[in-house]
Amino acid sequence: MSLPDKTIEASAAPVVVARDLKQVYKISRGVMHPADHLQAVSGVSFTVLPGKTLAVVGESGCGKSTLARMVSLIEVPTSGELTLDGVDVVKASAAERHTLRRTVQLVFQNPFGSLNPRKKIGAILEAPLEINTTLDAKARAEQARAMLALVGLRPEHYDRYPHMFSGGQRQRIAIARALMLKPALIVADEPVSALDVSIQAQVLNLLADLQQELGLAYLFISHDLGVVRHIAHDVLVMYLGHAVEQGDKKTIFAQPLHPYTQALLASTPGIVGAGAPRKRIVLSGELPSPLNPPGGCVFSTRCPHVTAQCHNARPVLRELAGRQVACHLAEQFT
Amino acid sequence: MALLEIENLSVKFPSKTAVMHAVDGVSLSLDAGDVLGIVGESGSGKSVTMMALMGLVSFPGEVTADKLRFDGHDLLKLSANARAKLTGKDVAMIFQDPTTSLNPCFTVGYQLAETLKLHMGLDSKAARKRSIELLEQVGIPAPESRLNVFPHQMSGGMNQRVMIAMAISCSPKLLIADEPTTALDVTIQAQILDLLRTLQKDLNMALVLITHNMGVVSEMAQRVAVMYAGQIMETRSAHDIFEAPQHPYTEALLAAMPERSDGAARLATIPGMVPGLNDRPVGCLFAPRCTYANNHCRTDRPELREWQDGMVRCHYPLPGVKP
Repeated sequence: MSLPDKTIEASAAPVVVARDLKQVYKISRGVMHPADHLQAVSGVSFTVLPGKTLAVVGESGCGKSTLARMVSLIEVPTSGELTLDGVDVVKASAAERHTLRRTVQLVFQNPFGSLNPRKKIGAILEAPLEINTTLDAKARAEQARAMLALVGLRPEHYDRYPHMFSGGQRQRIAIARALMLKPALIVADEPVSALDVSIQAQVLNLLADLQQELGLAYLFISHDLGVVRHIAHDVLVMYLGHAVEQGDKKTIFAQPLHPYTQALLASTPGIVGAGAPRKRIVLSGELPSPLNPPGGCVFSTRCPHVTAQCHNARPVLRELAGRQVACHLAEQFT
Repeated sequence: MALLEIENLSVKFPSKTAVMHAVDGVSLSLDAGDVLGIVGESGSGKSVTMMALMGLVSFPGEVTADKLRFDGHDLLKLSANARAKLTGKDVAMIFQDPTTSLNPCFTVGYQLAETLKLHMGLDSKAARKRSIELLEQVGIPAPESRLNVFPHQMSGGMNQRVMIAMAISCSPKLLIADEPTTALDVTIQAQILDLLRTLQKDLNMALVLITHNMGVVSEMAQRVAVMYAGQIMETRSAHDIFEAPQHPYTEALLAAMPERSDGAARLATIPGMVPGLNDRPVGCLFAPRCTYANNHCRTDRPELREWQDGMVRCHYPLPGVKP
């Protein structure tokens, strides 16, 4: 393999450290009205170590993608600290941010939309090198071909167009493109949800192999808890911009303490053979508008265990039974 | 007599160089109140089978069948108009993406009433009343105010409820749900599945659930048909098929699910791809990707046959041990 291997021992310092990240969007309501404020992410903290996967779980509108945009330096957080590879992102100059972007790369959900149909695979893979490095054409082509081999594609694919590939192969190309600059972190936004189950398995295996070989850190955004359970080391469950439960995957899946996590797990249809239908928690209602979040606990409008305290005071994240959870009643679920 | 009988249904899409066999000899029968799940990868012909039943396959698609009977009517002999009348009222379909299957230019109330006026012969006032009842039935709060709302003003889950309300508005005997929850979040998915289950029981509809999500099928269906490259590979009761799949394809599909990996570092995968236009195998369609295939499989295409309380299309069905 021609890539320099970033082994896990070489850099045990966290790739990402986020502390109390907030992102607030101003929503214009016309000339006559003051602008509204939408808290897309309100105070989320986490770290990702090299070679580890942090899965961010939640429904649409919970702030997962905003989080991804902040970590991948597309947006600057409104407040909070974000350190990437040891560099403070918020305080960094534009030039520093430019070089920092190499360490974070993105893989998107739909490989049919994320690859330029007019460009050959070779050109797609070389574009990041062209922009960010001073390599000559020959060296770039060499690296692109090496990358094709690494993600399990054949060298002759270099000269083909995206439409000639199946969904799974395209996602491999998207992953290859993300790896061209040897990033430390891959932000994967629902990378397998557009794929069939057999193809999904191939892509998940590839992601796991690459992580082992290159010591990559993943920020893995998904709503599929089956996939998360398989690939993640740590889990961050978000609801309406807030982290409601976070910690080690095994701890959380074994015994979710936040009612929302419990409901998510129970809502995921799993294959339960043997006649006994699983007890499921069906949440009533939908995600409230983030423009007008409920006072008190953000989940209080849909929570089956809600009490008066939940409507009045917003619970903060606290340590309990080996993970962090934001619920007043968490003790009763232990 | 069965509500729906399909025998040897084929749908072909000819192109200049070859013929695409989207559906290849599918036979199904369904009784009132049955819940059938059809699973398979994209391109396996799940949706086209049901489109053919509804008469929605358009030129250049060619539909042929030995038998296509619904509720005592021979659909092959009916004129297009008579068929539309019959299927429009008694067969309803829900599609994957609620935001694109509702017309953005008309209010929810208008779209609901349209169906009611056309098929049930209601006047505007009665249709409005019935629309409110329907919205209530599918669990939409404040249904009266929702009638004057456009689809873009509601969430995906709400739109899917409207689609379901529209589908059940003429009390259909058969409801076809084509990936009804794929575009929705898991908690909303659970709500919609619950709703479908309740409605199916209350109205005693037959339900065909097309999906690639094995979890959804295992929760909803009584019987499952596994499709691959336009053919049914295995049908069996939902319980048995997940406990003890007997077709190698079913086994491989189930093994690829992350939920079934049991903490293994690597997932089982199915090598290769679904056969396309030009590489349709002579023998068993799954043979090129099957771990058990031998020369017999590669040269001789198996027929769907009775096998241990189900049907299987394989020369060498698996013994049916627990996976």
